[in-house]
Amino acid sequence: MISQSDIRDLYQEVILDHNKSPRNFGKPTEHTHHAEGFNPLCGDHLQMFLNIEDNIIKDVKFEGEGCAISKATASLMTSELKGKTTDEAQHLFDKFLSVVTSDIDSPIDPELGKLSVIAGVREFPVRVKCATLAMHTIKNAINNEGIVSTE
Amino acid sequence: MTDVEGDIALKFDVASVRSEFPILGTTVRGVPLCYLDNGATTQKPLCVIETIDSYYKSSNSNIHRGVHHLSQVATELYENARATVRRFINAASDKEIIFTRGTTESINLVASSFGNRFISQGDEILITEMEHHSNIVPWQLLCERTGAILKVANVHPDGTVDIEDFKRLLSTKTKIVSVVHVSNSLGTINPIKDIIDVAHQVGAKVFIDGAQAVAHIEVDVQELDCDFYVFSGHKLYAPTGIGVLYGKEEILNAMPPYQGGGDMILSVSFDKTIYNELPAKFEAGTPHIAGAIGLATAIDYLLGIGIANAAQHEHMLLDYATNAMRGIPQVQLVGTAPNKSAVLSFTLKGIHPHDVGSLLDRDGIAIRAGHLCTQPILRKFGVHAVNRASFAIYNTIEEVDRLIASVQNVIRIFA
Repeated sequence: MISQSDIRDLYQEVILDHNKSPRNFGKPTEHTHHAEGFNPLCGDHLQMFLNIEDNIIKDVKFEGEGCAISKATASLMTSELKGKTTDEAQHLFDKFLSVVTSDIDSPIDPELGKLSVIAGVREFPVRVKCATLAMHTIKNAINNEGIVSTE
Repeated sequence: MTDVEGDIALKFDVASVRSEFPILGTTVRGVPLCYLDNGATTQKPLCVIETIDSYYKSSNSNIHRGVHHLSQVATELYENARATVRRFINAASDKEIIFTRGTTESINLVASSFGNRFISQGDEILITEMEHHSNIVPWQLLCERTGAILKVANVHPDGTVDIEDFKRLLSTKTKIVSVVHVSNSLGTINPIKDIIDVAHQVGAKVFIDGAQAVAHIEVDVQELDCDFYVFSGHKLYAPTGIGVLYGKEEILNAMPPYQGGGDMILSVSFDKTIYNELPAKFEAGTPHIAGAIGLATAIDYLLGIGIANAAQHEHMLLDYATNAMRGIPQVQLVGTAPNKSAVLSFTLKGIHPHDVGSLLDRDGIAIRAGHLCTQPILRKFGVHAVNRASFAIYNTIEEVDRLIASVQNVIRIFA
């Protein structure tokens, strides 16, 4: 159970752990969908590789350079997405976006699961772009749109 | 200690300087603000804030237009501000001082006006690898328009310009040399006098980007013999939105107007429009009058402290901070030229600068984190982004101690 004060502390263990050992990191041998994302503010750069079959995300991996927030979000989000349909993914993106752009004191949707730790980014509005880069890049990959920028 | 040094030590009192800056008394996240982002913009002293306040309360009017009392008052304040800037950089004439929105607009003005008139296919423009994007992109645009070629002089690993490479790239084809006086990301103070002299030998015009220099180094444009020198007010304790283009009178006279509009004409008809004389020719439209007057107040304020005193104080902070950072094994300094201004860029091993910036912010410390609008030189140094602390007249040893403690805390968190 994550307490409200812990959630406010952006740099907590989960984020630091996913930054240090990101899950789903690396380029898969095969992929059906791919997109590249840039955050010109800090020079962050992510590549997302997805394997989608019958509208189900069978696998998703990422590569790139980024801050702890963007790396941890990519790691957590790719973990959450495996096995979901593209519609379910879109639903998660909508939830995630509304949480990270919400008021700092508003409750966090339990549907976010592990991703709820990223809600601490609300304390640093300029860092919301770091938290949404992975999401925008995956969205573009699903929609077959090559390059995305969070500026 | 000589008498002169004793005099300087007596004259510079950082506590009294701090008391002139209201914002330094504020808190961030419950702790006193520790503002170390002066390379981005400086805070404003009370005298500048009050000058602007008083201008709008008692002198506001448009300039060079009305015959009424207020218009004359505002015009006089604005033109006096120009004279203050002229004295500040020792230009030969007030006509050589053009007010702009800032360094970026000053560079674009020259790249457009001088560039379109005097640059053609095959001509070369020479810059260095350490330039700010604003001293790269306007020249790239000029090259796209004219077919000129942009040449870039190498920078050594310590952040100094490779003068031999610079000389090698210089030829009679070189029409413009544009170099930063003080690098915003590396802190390097470039040997601009030597650069100007050697560039003039091949007949090139020399443009100096002084944005990071004028608050820290005395500038005498006649002694330097540069053709253009530009800077922004806001890095000099003045408001944003006001800047300066200095250009030699004969060169400015030969250049066509940059923007058309009111104030830059002598007469307008559909057959023939006659442009105004300098400096009005380059100041189309109503300028930032309050900004110019605020800039003059800021210059007087800084000169009252003494640029040499300011530089000595900032250098003391830089040396102290550099030594402390060198003692932290995870720190890598970016920019270690022997002749540096008070800019300290660094990275922490394995920790992204934006994470460092956010964590320092939680301790009330403002630094810059990112590519600093100098992507090419950072790429050359093998980094995407850096952290930058940059010091001003009001910073203290205690603030540097807070920075170091906070950096060590970040390293602990990420360990």
